[in-house]
Amino acid sequence: MTDMLTPVLTDMWDVERSWTLAAYTAKGGYQGLDKAFGMSQDAVIEAVKDSGLRGRGGAGFPTGMKWSFIPQDNPKPKYLVVNADESEPGTCKDIPLMMGNPHVLVEGVIISSYAIRANKAFIYIRGEVLHVIRRVQAAVEEAYAAGHLGKDIHGSGYDLDIVVHAGAGAYICGEETALLEGLEGRRGQPRLRPPFPAVAGLYASPTVINNVESIASVPSIIANGAAWFASMGTEKSKGYGIFSLSGHVKKPGQYEAPLGITLRELLDLAGGIREGHDLKFWTPGGSSTPLLTAEHLDIPLDFEGVGAAGSMLGTRALQIFDETVCVVRAVLRWTEFYKHESCGKCTPCREGTWWLVQTLARLEKGEGSEADLDLLLDQCDNILGRSFCALGDGATSPISSSIKYFRDEYLAHLTHGGCPFDHARSTAWAGQEVTA
Amino acid sequence: MALDDKTMGELREIAGRYPEKRSGLLPMLHLVQSVEGKVTPDAIEACAQILEISAAEVSGVATFYTMYKRHAVGDFHVGVCTNTLCAVMGGDQIFERLKDHLDVGNDELAEKRQGDQYSVSLEHVECNAACDFAPVVMVNWEFMDNQTPEGAVQMVEALRAGHDVKSTRGPKLCTWREAERVLAGFPDGRVDEGPSAGPASLAGLEIARERGWKAPDAAAVPVIEKGQADD
Ligand SMILES: Cc1cc2nc3c(=O)[nH]c(=O)nc-3n(C[C@H](O)[C@H](O)[C@H](O)COP(=O)(O)O)c2cc1C
Ligand code: SF4
Ligand code: FES
Repeated sequence: MTDMLTPVLTDMWDVERSWTLAAYTAKGGYQGLDKAFGMSQDAVIEAVKDSGLRGRGGAGFPTGMKWSFIPQDNPKPKYLVVNADESEPGTCKDIPLMMGNPHVLVEGVIISSYAIRANKAFIYIRGEVLHVIRRVQAAVEEAYAAGHLGKDIHGSGYDLDIVVHAGAGAYICGEETALLEGLEGRRGQPRLRPPFPAVAGLYASPTVINNVESIASVPSIIANGAAWFASMGTEKSKGYGIFSLSGHVKKPGQYEAPLGITLRELLDLAGGIREGHDLKFWTPGGSSTPLLTAEHLDIPLDFEGVGAAGSMLGTRALQIFDETVCVVRAVLRWTEFYKHESCGKCTPCREGTWWLVQTLARLEKGEGSEADLDLLLDQCDNILGRSFCALGDGATSPISSSIKYFRDEYLAHLTHGGCPFDHARSTAWAGQEVTA
Repeated sequence: MALDDKTMGELREIAGRYPEKRSGLLPMLHLVQSVEGKVTPDAIEACAQILEISAAEVSGVATFYTMYKRHAVGDFHVGVCTNTLCAVMGGDQIFERLKDHLDVGNDELAEKRQGDQYSVSLEHVECNAACDFAPVVMVNWEFMDNQTPEGAVQMVEALRAGHDVKSTRGPKLCTWREAERVLAGFPDGRVDEGPSAGPASLAGLEIARERGWKAPDAAAVPVIEKGQADD
């Protein structure tokens, strides 16, 4: 029986000066490198396939399969791009990972780049996390000095350079093709697919784009074996992942566990919902994944389990809201976010998110009528599946799911002539002697 | 006024990091902000000249990303997260309190009063990937975790007065211009300050340590790895 929590990536975080090469090496870091170089590139890809690792950036695409799509007969250079844009509301795992253990990402980049035959890799980090950028910059520098990067790494004949690239504030740049635009020095607007990045990505060359946590999982797979990784998790969702609990729980934070753990189990570890309150709604994987409620406490948090409950595992960003929180206020705020972050390329999303905010804001103020709920659902229909990228789809998730579970609460705003909730009761200091 | 030679040299150096120089544009704009305090017309010209693209193209990029500023910001730029989770946990109250205290609106520079060592600007920001530390305030893109309205007011006053303020998960705060230089890819040597992780980041790890929970022992897992067989 596997333990309830399985620290692998987080295992370094309580180590003294954990971000340094010395600390990482003392814990066995960079040992996967020689093992990987002793394997053929295709064998590394096979191992990652066999492990069952699925992308940790939200969509859950099998990582090894993605790598095998790189056409090796294409004469152009191949690139690895790490998606460290982490901006999906609620998602807060890659940032502490890069702060506490940047070298596991660097080691992962080296092994992954070797597998896909890339000699240049980029780590695209959102710009708004200065200290994390310092830590990754320094880790790359230290890895060069130690001979883990550069020419003829460990005498293998393999060369790799890594560029750490800071973004500049745009949620849409987490979408992989918009990220490539940003990395090419352009406005971050998604590209039409096909061609997929595996065929024509960065500089129209074959490119793999993976999430930080996906790449950081690779060294453990190579060092311990695919079977080890696959011994954790569930049938189709293998391995461990970082679960991020935030909001109205006693001990919010990062919990690294096999996929398939339930929210009930996680809440138990986190000391439960804050004193005297009850769970009202939660996001399983960020604001773009449909809301769930207390009736979903026992669904396995894996790709299939959350999908079957009508939502998505996403980034395991578990934002927990208790009964003091007005769901209309929460949804309006997320919708304002999507409107602000819509890149403007396609009409359904650009215009649609604007209209969603108008309609929701009216309802939140207790204006409008019950027919506005149908209007909202109608507007969602016009966005979902008709937008150019998944940002538009995501924008509809909180709205349609909240109307499904909390229709009465929307109506209460109408009968009450405004929001019936006291927002002060939701704050972190509610009930304490602090005035806002 | 045109940018100085040192800056022009560093801008070229950034462009040179990439297989195609235009890729340098985002970090280059960070660098010009560190020198000019915002994206100025001269800065746009300089980037355009180095990258051999039009000023309109550079401008189009600069206006797309929220971290690039066309107006002056403070020595300390304070970003209050008001995305849903932080808003609910008190971010809205913190933002209101700071607007009131500094007498500014969103994305505005507060008046530098007589005796103030430094200036402060205020903006509300979107989720900054620190929700387990809500409500969160960013100062020059360093984490100020678990804030309160009163604490945030004290913090901005300490900054204005020129006192040292430390990030809760990072180093002593540097100025906005210094921060922008690091984002451009010129490290400032502060990497070893601050902790490995904040308390919330360690919540699960501490429980695992207490209970002796670990990932499975690799040696105990049967080896059935066709993929690892070298071809
Ligand atoms: C609007 C939007 C934002 C996204 N933001 C991120 C992000 O911040 N980090 C990330 O890894 N993936 C993000 N993604 C998913 C990426 O497009 C892509 O699927 C992912 O980086 C692939 O890596 P993986 O297979 O390792 O998960 C986002 C997608 C969309 C549509
Ligand atoms: S769905 Fe929104 S973010 Fe995506 S391309 Fe269209 S406008 Fe841009
Ligand atoms: S919502 Fe504020 S940091 Fe995520």
